[in-house]
Amino acid sequence: MTVTTVTATPPVVEEEKSLRQARPFLKRLRPSRVAVNVVLGAIALFWLVPTLSMMIISFRPAGLFEVSGWWKVFSAPSQLTLQNYKELFTGGSSTALGGGVPSGLAPGSVLDALRTSLEISIPATILVTLIASLTAYSIVFGRWRGRNAVFLTIVGLMVVPLQVALIPVASLYKDMGSAFGWNPFGTISGVVIFHVAFGLPFGIFLMRNFYTGIPTALIEAGRIDGAGEWTLFRRVVIPLGIAAAASLAIFQFIWVWNDLLVALVFLGGDPHVPLTLFLYDQERTLAANFWIISTGSMVSIVVPLIVFLAFQRHFVRGMLAGAVK
Amino acid sequence: MLLAIVVWPAIATIRYSFYNATATKAVGLSNYKSLFSTADTLIAFRNNVIWVLVFPFIVTVLGLVFAVLSERIRWATAFKTIIFLPIVFSVTASSLVFTQIFQLDPHVGVFNAIVQTVDDWFHSPGAYPLSAGQTAASLATSGVVPGPHGTLESSAAIRAGGTVQMGLTGVNPDILSVIGARQARVPTPVAGAVTGLVWRDFSISNPSNISGVLPGEDGFANLRLALLRSDGSTVATTTTDAFGRFVFSGVGAGPFRVQILASNFTSAFPGTFWLGPQSLTPTSNLSQTAQALLSVPLIDISEILAYLWIWAGFTMVIVAAGLAALDREALEAAHVDGATEWQTFRRVTIPMLAPVLTVVFVTMVINVLKIFDIVVNLGIDTSQPGGQSSTLASDVYYLGFGGGVHTGLASALAVMLFILVVPAMLFNLKRISGK
Repeated sequence: MTVTTVTATPPVVEEEKSLRQARPFLKRLRPSRVAVNVVLGAIALFWLVPTLSMMIISFRPAGLFEVSGWWKVFSAPSQLTLQNYKELFTGGSSTALGGGVPSGLAPGSVLDALRTSLEISIPATILVTLIASLTAYSIVFGRWRGRNAVFLTIVGLMVVPLQVALIPVASLYKDMGSAFGWNPFGTISGVVIFHVAFGLPFGIFLMRNFYTGIPTALIEAGRIDGAGEWTLFRRVVIPLGIAAAASLAIFQFIWVWNDLLVALVFLGGDPHVPLTLFLYDQERTLAANFWIISTGSMVSIVVPLIVFLAFQRHFVRGMLAGAVK
Repeated sequence: MLLAIVVWPAIATIRYSFYNATATKAVGLSNYKSLFSTADTLIAFRNNVIWVLVFPFIVTVLGLVFAVLSERIRWATAFKTIIFLPIVFSVTASSLVFTQIFQLDPHVGVFNAIVQTVDDWFHSPGAYPLSAGQTAASLATSGVVPGPHGTLESSAAIRAGGTVQMGLTGVNPDILSVIGARQARVPTPVAGAVTGLVWRDFSISNPSNISGVLPGEDGFANLRLALLRSDGSTVATTTTDAFGRFVFSGVGAGPFRVQILASNFTSAFPGTFWLGPQSLTPTSNLSQTAQALLSVPLIDISEILAYLWIWAGFTMVIVAAGLAALDREALEAAHVDGATEWQTFRRVTIPMLAPVLTVVFVTMVINVLKIFDIVVNLGIDTSQPGGQSSTLASDVYYLGFGGGVHTGLASALAVMLFILVVPAMLFNLKRISGK
């Protein structure tokens, strides 16, 4: 009995082993695996079409736009030209289709819109990251009562639709104009202030989530050693939370960069408008300057694209931590 | 600052919502009454309902499918990046792309081009499709008369050894150049054969001259022709060359007529206007209010498709992170117990992912309740208050700031939006305070 068992065991083990080895090979060849690759390949191609088409349109002569589809470049690559991009600098008045758009950095041009977008996004990003970091520090490591209630209120504020604030803030801005002589309505500062206010709840939430990972003992030790709150924040919390701050900054930057509604309300009708509003206006002009819409779109997606590709990891992490906005 | 820009305005908006159009006089609940009784705002509600019912579900399922399937490929990172990219673009720019994709003209809009290609397999169009309202007969200019059933025929009878010239106008020169047509050439007569020319009998430099071939007049290339006996029976068929010339050789004595086949002029699929207000649901025998409420406009569907393109990457990434955090042992155990892939997915993966899927779903519900950018950008002509694709958020903007300002009504709409978002807010609070 014992003999048979002993002799019978090795072949079974052998068989299991060979099965285990064979499995990955078989798995690789399974038709379902091929099908998944093909299906996902098709989906990926399909997903690329819109971006690709806008890119190609921006490199084709404006006159061809109404005549034939962008996919014609595959049979006629000579259609590709840098003309549209040149006209960003020289103005489009020279072409039949693209008249009436100022050149270079003049108000109402693409490059001016690019600059305005930066003028809004950069301060809004820096302010949100800074204020949110400080507030989150105070909420996590501060020693005042009601911290938790404040935090929960902030979480609640995250989903407040910014539509509810537009009308009162617009009139608040105008009242400030008559009371202090400084009216942020129609100015870049007005847009930035609004973005900072609506970016803060998410920012504080995000930073707080990262800070709760920092051991309180570390801060307490610092306090016992006589470090002030500002020193603690600068020397301990910032170095530890820099990755979180980067996530927040990138998230906020892309959010503000892509905003249309706030710019539309506070800057509508102004000659200095950010790219989103510029494109929105261009689309509504009677003689749609398509060369400027396509190149403008490309210019508007290039900046967030670079930011995203450079900091992909941070962006995704910020989004995962948030997942609520 | 939060108090000044977020909390106080929210309260002020509630106060405004009980005031009149210029926020000067309290009007009680009348704004809310008109909110639920005027067709304009009811359409906005209807569109929000369509969005909330359709979008969050589909985008969550798409995200789940993409996340699960991408675990089985080696190029998952590349795949995820491609799907995710649209989220970093502004909705405005993406809308512009989709405005092009949904263009009416199949020569410009990809979507209609695809429909047209499929349609062409069933009814193949001619080389010279007529534009809307144009007939083949209207093309006849010199030496050509309209024939039966949309054909064109040579006006004079012809015998072997003879040459016939047939001039047409009314065809876009771009079509000719795409086909590769060259300057028309009159063929030399061939004994025993019927020869001839079909050409565009219109010269920019000499528009009034309609006899004879002038410089700048192109031949009709690739035109399908038939040689007919006087009783109408077909003797032979042929196709013109790049110069518009044709030869029927060895055909006997005649007399004959040369016919230009109707199939040369068949129109292609003209394109569907995907960005229009046409309803998908048949509502013709209903009252106007009911029609406004029950129709599902095409523009909504197009907007939802474009928005799926934008947001599927977001749901995919969140679900993928959830998948990565799953307990692999449970999945392995299911495999060992002999569960099929589908059973494992259905009975183990989905229940384990349920919390993540709920978060994604709620996030998307909040997102589409506030849907604005895509609505005003894709539906330029249909997003005004009362337009077929208007939503609560777009009405708040238009009534609050863009023409026809009515502060009270806009505020009441904003308050409605806020109330609709409250359940999601409570969900978040519960989830976060539970942690």
